[in-house]
Amino acid sequence: MEKAILQLETLSCPSCMQKIEGAVKSVNGVDKDSIKVLFNSSKVKVDFDSAVTSIEEIQKAIENVGYPVLKAKVKAA
Amino acid sequence: MQQYILSKKNVITVISGLLIALGFFSHFVLENVGLSEWSLIIASVFGIMPIAIQAFQAMKVKVISIDVLVSIAAIGALFIQNYEESAIVTFLFLFGHYLEHRTLNQTRSAIKELTEMAPESALKQMDNGEFEEVEVDDVDEGDILLVKTGAKVPVDGTVLTGEGHINEASITGEAVPVNKLADAEVFAGTILENGTIQIRADRVGEDTTFGKIVELVEEAQDSKSEAERFIDRFSKYYTPAVLVLAIVVWAFSQNIELAITILVLGCPGALVIGVPVSNVAGIGNGARNGVLLKGSEVIQDFSNVDTIVFDKTGTLTVGNPTVAATELYEKDSAETLGYLASVERESDHPLAKAVLNQIGETNFYPVEETEVVKGGGIVSSVAGHRVAVGNVALMEKENVTLSKKVQKDVKRFEQQGNSLVLTAVDGELKVLMGIRDQVRPGVKANLQELKDLGVKNLVVLSGDNQGTVDVVAGELGLTEAHGHMLPEDKSAYIGKLQQRGQIVAFVGDGVNDSPSLALADIGIAMGSGTDVAIETSDVVLMNSNFSNLPHALGIVKATANNMKQNIAISIGVVLVLLTSVFFSEWMNMSIGMLVHEGSILVVIFNAMRLMKYKLKGRKE
Repeated sequence: MEKAILQLETLSCPSCMQKIEGAVKSVNGVDKDSIKVLFNSSKVKVDFDSAVTSIEEIQKAIENVGYPVLKAKVKAA
Repeated sequence: MQQYILSKKNVITVISGLLIALGFFSHFVLENVGLSEWSLIIASVFGIMPIAIQAFQAMKVKVISIDVLVSIAAIGALFIQNYEESAIVTFLFLFGHYLEHRTLNQTRSAIKELTEMAPESALKQMDNGEFEEVEVDDVDEGDILLVKTGAKVPVDGTVLTGEGHINEASITGEAVPVNKLADAEVFAGTILENGTIQIRADRVGEDTTFGKIVELVEEAQDSKSEAERFIDRFSKYYTPAVLVLAIVVWAFSQNIELAITILVLGCPGALVIGVPVSNVAGIGNGARNGVLLKGSEVIQDFSNVDTIVFDKTGTLTVGNPTVAATELYEKDSAETLGYLASVERESDHPLAKAVLNQIGETNFYPVEETEVVKGGGIVSSVAGHRVAVGNVALMEKENVTLSKKVQKDVKRFEQQGNSLVLTAVDGELKVLMGIRDQVRPGVKANLQELKDLGVKNLVVLSGDNQGTVDVVAGELGLTEAHGHMLPEDKSAYIGKLQQRGQIVAFVGDGVNDSPSLALADIGIAMGSGTDVAIETSDVVLMNSNFSNLPHALGIVKATANNMKQNIAISIGVVLVLLTSVFFSEWMNMSIGMLVHEGSILVVIFNAMRLMKYKLKGRKE
C-alpha cells in the first residue's frame, strides 16, 4: 500500500467532497476506507495498491469530475 | 469543452447577469417583450451550462448533488416558459458560488500563511562538491545543504560547519534569535538571520517538526466532530430526499411550478458549510496566535472544561526566589545594607542570593568572624559591629527587641507567604526583608480571565513542598493546591477529579507528564513545539507565554458558540422557506435561491468574526 496526497484547486462547496470521494472510490485498487477529502486545505489523501493502480489513475478520476489536480505526491504508507 | 466551460464560470456569471439586466430593461423601459424573453432565455442557457455539467459529473459517480437539484429546477422553469425564474435562479447560484469562494478563502488565510512559510528550495551539495539550488522535495536525508544569511532552513538537520543566529519563531514562538554552532540542531522553516552554515539533513518534508505542525493544523481544520459527521450523513440522504419529495408533489398536484420550487428551496446550503467554516476560522485564529488546536472534537471538549490542573508551581511562578518586600527601621540604611551584603556574600543559601540581587551595588566591608547558627542564620563581625542575619528565632537568641511595629510587619510578611530575613546591627533591628518565589507577571489576571470564561476549579499539583504550594495558591486564588506529588500521583488525582464528573484540562510541559496529558479530557502542552508535545496533547501552546491559555479557552468557546449559531441559522432558513412555500403567496424560486445564497454568506461572515477574535478587555 502506498499513500497518495493530491493537492487540488481550492474547494468551495462541501458537496464537492462527496463527488470527489465518489470519484476516488470508483478507482480499482484504492483502499476505500482510507479516502480523506480535506475540504479546508483542499487535499485528498488515500491509500492505494501500486500493483493495481497508480497515482495517475487517481488523478485522472478526480479531474474527470471537474477538479484540477495541482500537485500529486506518493509516500510509502 | 466541459473543462473550458467550467474554467470560464466567472465570465459566464457576468454575461448572465448582464443579459438579465437587459431583459428587465427591455421589458419595463423599452416594453419590448420579445427582446426581453430572448435575453432571459439566453441568460438561462448560459447559466445552466456549467451547473448541468457539474450535475452530470456528480451523477457519473452516483452522487445527487445540489447541482442536480438546481439543474432540474432551471430546466423545468424553461420548460414551463418561466424564463425569468430560470435565468435568475442560475445566476444567483453561480454568483453565490463566486462569493462563497472569495469569502472562504479569507477564512482559510491563517493556515495559508502557515503553509507559505514552508521552505521551497535548498542549496544542495552535488557530487562535484558544488552547491546547487534544488527544490526542497529533492532533498533526501543525509544530504549536505548550505544555508546563507536571510534564507530559510529547508529541513530539520544538524549544523556541520559555520555559525549563525537563527530565528525559530515558526517552531517555538520565541522571536529572539538563537546562536547555533557546529552539532546544534536546526529546524525547517526557521530563518538564518546572520552567518552561513552547512547542515546535514536529518528529517525532510512532512517528517520535520514544521511539517508536522502544518499537517496537524491542516488535519485539525478538516477533522469532524460527532455533530458534523451526523450532518454529513444527513445531507447525503437529504439531497436525494428533496428530489423524491419534488417528484411526489409533481405526481400528485401536476404542478410543475410547485415541484421545481421545492427543489430550489430544499437545497442544503448553509447547513453543510456552517460548521466547517466556523471550525477553520477558529483554528486559524489559534494558529496565528500560537495556539494549535487539534480539531473540532477538541473545540467541543475544551469549551466545556470546568477544571484546569497545572502541573507545577513553576508554570505559575518565575522559579527563583526574590525579595518581595523590604522594611527599613532607620533613616539612612546604606551602611546596614553594606554590612548585610557583605555577610550574605559569604553564604550560598538561596535566600542570600535573593538579598544580594536586591541590594545590588553597595560598599562591601571585610567580614572578620562568621558563625552559622543552625536553623537561624548567620552572626558575623563586620567592621567592628556585630551583625546578625536570620529569622525571628535568631533575633530572640541574640536578644534583639522587636518593637510592636516590627512584630506587625513580621506577621503581615508571613501572611503574604514570605520567608523572612531580619538584620540586626549591635543588637538593634535595622532591616526586615520578605522573600518569595514570585508569581509570573500577569498570571493572576490571566487566571481571572479563565474564571470569567467559566472555569470553576483551578488546581495546582506540584512536586514542591506543601507550604510553597499553599502560598502560591493563596496568592493566586487557586481552588486546590497539592504538594509532594509524583507524576503518577498527578494522573491518579486527575482520574479522581474526572470520577467526580469534572471535565479536566491538564497543562503540562509535554515531556514528563505524558500520562496526565493523555488521561485528562484535554491535554495542553505548554512552551514547546516538540514532537512529544504535538503527539500526546490536544492543544499545543507554542511558547511559554501564559496569556495564551485564556486566549485558547476564549477562542474555543467562541468557536463552539459560532457553530451552534450557524446550525441554528441554516436549519431556521430551511424551515422558514419550506413552510412559506406551502402557506404563502409570495414565495417563488428566485426568492428561495436568494435567501439560500444569502444564508450561506451569513454563516460565512458569522464565522469570519472568529478570525478577529480577542479576549474581552485585551488590547492589540
